[in-house]
Formats: sequence, C-alpha cells, structure tokens
Amino acid sequence: MEAILNWIADNQQMIYIVILMIFVGIEVIGHVPSVLHTPLMSGANAIHGVVIIGAIIVMGKAEPHNYVALVLGFLAVVLGTLNVVGGFVVTDRMLEMFKGKGKKNLKSQDPRSK
Amino acid sequence: MELSILTVSYLIGSVTFIIGLKMLSNPATARNGNLLAAAGMAIAIVGTIFLYEEDGKKLGNYLWIFGGILVGGVIGTLAAKRVKMTAMPEMVSMFNGMGGACAALISAVEFDHLYHAYNTIDTAWLADFVPAGMYLTIIAGAIIGSVSFAGSMIAWGKLSGKIKDFSFRGQHIVNLLVLLLVLAAAVFTYQYNVGLSLILFYTTVALALIYGVLFVMPIGGADMPVVISLLNSFTGVAAACGGFLYNNKVMLTGGILVGAAGTLLTILMCKAMNRSLKNVLIGSFGGSSAAAAGKKDQGSYKEITLSDTAVVMSYANKVMIVPGYGLAVAQAQHACHELEKLLESKGVEVKYAIHPVAGRMPGHMNVLLAEADVSYDKLLEMEQANDEFTTTDVVLVLGANDVVNPAAKTDPASPIYGMPILDVELAKNVIVNKRSMKPGYAGIENDLFFQPRTSMLFGDAKKVLQDLIGEIKNL
Repeated sequence: MEAILNWIADNQQMIYIVILMIFVGIEVIGHVPSVLHTPLMSGANAIHGVVIIGAIIVMGKAEPHNYVALVLGFLAVVLGTLNVVGGFVVTDRMLEMFKGKGKKNLKSQDPRSK
Repeated sequence: MELSILTVSYLIGSVTFIIGLKMLSNPATARNGNLLAAAGMAIAIVGTIFLYEEDGKKLGNYLWIFGGILVGGVIGTLAAKRVKMTAMPEMVSMFNGMGGACAALISAVEFDHLYHAYNTIDTAWLADFVPAGMYLTIIAGAIIGSVSFAGSMIAWGKLSGKIKDFSFRGQHIVNLLVLLLVLAAAVFTYQYNVGLSLILFYTTVALALIYGVLFVMPIGGADMPVVISLLNSFTGVAAACGGFLYNNKVMLTGGILVGAAGTLLTILMCKAMNRSLKNVLIGSFGGSSAAAAGKKDQGSYKEITLSDTAVVMSYANKVMIVPGYGLAVAQAQHACHELEKLLESKGVEVKYAIHPVAGRMPGHMNVLLAEADVSYDKLLEMEQANDEFTTTDVVLVLGANDVVNPAAKTDPASPIYGMPILDVELAKNVIVNKRSMKPGYAGIENDLFFQPRTSMLFGDAKKVLQDLIGEIKNL
C-alpha cells in the first residue's frame, strides 16, 4: 500500500498528464463525422508511433557487446519507424482523395477546361 | 541548454498531436492536421536522437539508429504508397501491429537489463531490487504491446482473406483463462527467483501473444474495423507505458491521447453500426446465425439479364447506387463512376446512397468513390437517401447486403435488428448485384432479394459494371 502511494507521489506529474490527456483525447474527436472515422483511426495510429522515441532511447543506450539489446533495439526502431512513416503516409493518401476531388470541382468550373 | 531544447521539442510534439487530432476530425482541415502531427513527430524524433541524454551521457549507436530508421522508413513509405485503396484497412492494422511490437520489444530490452543487473543472488526476488511502479510499466508495455501485435496481425490476415473466422465452444472461458495465466506469469516474474525471471518474462510475452490471437480469432470480418480501432488504442496505452518508464512526456501524451481517442472512436464506430462493443467482442453472430439462416425458406428470387438492366437504367429518371463491400473487393469504383457519367449523359439523375458502415470501414466508401472522382454532392448520407428512395426509379445495389436488409427493421430475432438501414425497397425497382446468393458478413438471409420489386444480377461488381456500360452504349 505504501509502495503504491509513494509511486503515485513520485509520479504525480505523469499521472496528471494521463488524466488530462484522457479528457483531451475524448473531447478532441467527440464530433467527428462518420466519413472521417477511417482516416482519423489511421492518423491516431500514426501518432502512437511516438513509441519510436522509446526505441531510439533503447537503441542508443545499448552497450556495444550486448547483442540482445542491439538486435531487439534495432528491430524496435525499424518497426516503430514503419508505424510512424507508414501511418502518416497512408493517412495522407486517404485524405488526399478528399482534397483531390475539391480541385476537380474547381477545374470543372473553370471555363477553359470545357 | 540542450536538454531544454529537447524539452521544448517534446512540448511542440505533444501540442501538434493534440491539434493534429482535432484537425483530423474535421473534413476541411484533416489533411493539414495529419501533416502537422507528422511534423511534430519529426521534431520530437530528431530531438531525441541528437539531444537526449541520460545521466549526462548522450545516445550512441547512431549507425544502428539511422540504419533502422532508413529501413523502416523506406519499407513503410513503399508499403503505404503501393497499397490499393481497398486494402487500406488491413494496412492500418499492419502498421498498428508494428507499433505494438515496438512497445513490446522496448520492454523486452529493458527487462533484459534488469535481469543482468540483478541476477546475482539465486534466491532473491526481482521484487527485492526493482520498484513495483517500474516493473509494472515494463510488464504492461510488454503485455499490451504483444496483445496488440498478435491481434493486429490476425485482423490483417482476416481482412486480406488469409485467415478464416475460427471459434469453438467455450472460447470465452478459454480466453479468460489465458488472460489469467498472463497475469499470473507477470506476477511470478516479479515475485520469484531472479534466476527464473527471464524465462518467466518471455512466458508472459508468449501467453500475451496467444491471448491476442484468441481475442481476435472469433470476431467476424465485418467487425474488424472496430477491433482494429480498439487495438489501436491498446497500442497507444503501450506507448504511454514507455513514457512512464523513461519519464518521457511526449510518449506519454501521444500514447494516452490515442488511447483515449481510440477508445471513443471504437465506441462511435459501434454506434454507427448500432451495436454495443460487448456485442462485437463476444460476438452474438456465431451461434444464432446458423439457426436463423435455416429457419425459413424464403421462396424464389428472380434474375435479370444485363441487357434488361441496361434498358431499365437508361430509361429511368433517377438512379440511386448503393455501394458496399462487394464494390470495394472488386475495385469497381472507377467503373461505377463511368456508369454514372454515361447515365448522366442520357439525362438520368444518378446519386449514391452511402450507409455509414458500408465497405470495410466506416467512411471507406467515401474514400473509394472520392478516389474515382465521384463528385461529393452526389453522395447522400443515409437519412437524405432514405427520403429520396420513394422517388427513385432504379436502385442498383453493388455488393452491399446487410446495410439494405429489411430484417433490421422487421425481425427482432435478427442479429442486426435495430441497425439503421437504407430503405431501398421503397424504390420502384431494385437491382442487386452480388457474386452469389451467399449471405453477407452477418451470415443472415436477406428478405430484400425475394421481394417482387427486386431482381438479382449475379457476377463480380467490376465485370458486371463494365458489361453494363457496354450494353448501355449499344442501346
């Protein structure tokens, strides 16, 4: 019991962040139209790729002869990057289509294209 | 100084995540929101590589770090650029799994450090050296990350048709047992001989992987989007565990933000399908569907030929197209747009009725049709479309099934009872294109197909549309 209380006291900043972020996360996407569910999920997927930072730290701290840490850390960096880069690119591709269509509309109103 | 810059870069990262997510939930700003979050992520990553220090020591192994980023970046970009629009959902699932695996690997390396640091006295417990909070964040990251990874891979396999649904009697009890075993192994890792703790740690991870597989296995393919969204929020929490471990605020904000938003999004998706999360996860479909399917014989349906379809459609005043999963699978969105243009040139009014959960994921149809340059104002949402069906001459249902099943309104015993549907039966003619008479994902018969105004046009959506275009041109 005491351990738990101490842990809370030691990490109170972090715990505040957790609680506030839960409310922010819910508030921020509360009014999303169903059209955007897929891109939003994909965007959120890319954001949790922030786990890559942990992978970089693990990799950067690994001692040169600790092969377990080197190999697992390297794998973690690769997978984390996949998550971040792939996530953002896929989301952009989805959203590009929403935008591309807007341009098309402008074009069709353009007298020269007729 | 350098550490302050790192702190600022993390602050920028956290704020861009929040604003980015906010912008992502509005159609007008979504794309910029995504780019903003990506920019914030880049700043946080670069900051970590060059400025992070622990106990006054900078990070090393730059070759490994840049090598990893290069490999992951190239594969990620190529995979994301090459994937077909219809395969987007499984791609998201795949990337989500990678994030989960990344979190689990971080925990594995950190645990390995602990093990080697304290594996000196055989009879001691890990609990004698390591604070509970620290162990908790490591093991939670490992368990949640592993479940997310295994679950996402199964979801990916299901969506790409590589893995079939699989469930057995009493599966929920087995799942619960495995989950308890995971927790038990996690406790023993901490409170047992240090010498055995590494084996116990990997046992925990292995059990968590098994749990991930068992968790997703029985859930039907149509519910995969909900599951992916849920696993997405799991990975967010796993990332946040890393944030706790390294006292890293950007990982914590990003992770928890996604954890919370992902959970809400999961619930919103369920609402769009008018189902509860419990219903999705425990899956009421499995057992009852077989009974429902065999319950009654609905009589006969009538088929229509391509040339008849061509005639009916080109002499109609108003045609409503209801796209569904079948259109997505057949990649027929371009052919569909072509048909629309051809009919419009003949003076037929063509519109699309989009059910919120049509396709493979909520909003998927909008993305697909947008890809084929279908004008946005032709896409009607469900309520608008339902108002217009009475004045519609022909409804063309392209590979949609459960979203037009009248049983959702009339049959309280039906598993989809209560789901809002498109009232296509109000139109003068309904032409349903399907590959066969096989029931849809919910596994239930559709009365619509047997109604007098309905005719069936069998075949692959893309091929049928192309042939139909040819027929109409020849009229």
